Amino acid sequence: MEVTATWYLVLSAVLFSMGFVGLLVRRNPLIMFMCIELMLNAVNISFVAFSNALDDIAGRTAVFFVLVVAAAEVVVGLSLVVALMRRRPALSVDDLTSLRG
Amino acid sequence: MVDVIVFLVSAAIILGGAVGVIFSSHPVRAALSLIATFFGVAVLFVQQQAHFLAVVQVVVYAGAIVVLFLFVIMLLGVDSVDDLRDEPLAGQRATAALLGGMLLALILGGLFLSGPGLDTDGGALALTGQSSQAGPVNQLDESQSDIDLLADDLFTRNLLSFEATALLLTIATVGAVILVRNRGGEDLVVDEPGTAKR
Repeated sequence: MEVTATWYLVLSAVLFSMGFVGLLVRRNPLIMFMCIELMLNAVNISFVAFSNALDDIAGRTAVFFVLVVAAAEVVVGLSLVVALMRRRPALSVDDLTSLRG
Repeated sequence: MVDVIVFLVSAAIILGGAVGVIFSSHPVRAALSLIATFFGVAVLFVQQQAHFLAVVQVVVYAGAIVVLFLFVIMLLGVDSVDDLRDEPLAGQRATAALLGGMLLALILGGLFLSGPGLDTDGGALALTGQSSQAGPVNQLDESQSDIDLLADDLFTRNLLSFEATALLLTIATVGAVILVRNRGGEDLVVDEPGTAKR
């Protein structure tokens, strides 16, 4: 038995779906960001698996860019959370109803 | 055989960490579960000869990003525990689980039902238009190290994108500073929904 690209892709699909479910279920914005990180990691796994299977370095370069964008996204997202928390002590996205018409 | 064991153990760590993130009521526990997932992914990168990416994964994700998460959790107070039994929106969990199952079925269906598998040469041919044995453009050369190949690709074919990420990081830093800057002590204004704003 040998670990092939399909194994990695199945693991990636399961991890992506778990991140998606977590994003829909949780209401703490910090944990929602963590679920987005799970989904990004799932995509990274499949990028590296494709890179190996197709013998092409471009997949790994894509992982590099995903890492950079994830870091930037977390910085902006967490500062948004901090800015929100200054005004609302309860940490739940259900309370953010200012834009409701 | 060792490959299979390494894969299964790291897959268990990854999925266990993901379960921990989704189901832990305490944000600190969720962040620590996230570290387990990131380390598992790093192990899978090493297994696929992506050594540089594994190191970056540990340093950036398990290091910087999780520390940033923990820092914000501590800043906002570690006592905010979610009550997971409480479900304000009726049927939200069931709907989320159903949608997640459908997404998984969609991805796996696309993976297994579309043409020849990726593991055969025919699958690689279908995806790239060339056989994996024929030598594609950016071929992985086993004699060169992973970091050489990545640097070569990054600084020749993706130089513009690389410089754009520098701009992106600068914008993110400036944005973070502007968002959390305290303008003249107006903080801690609790504007509950329905009350007049300042």
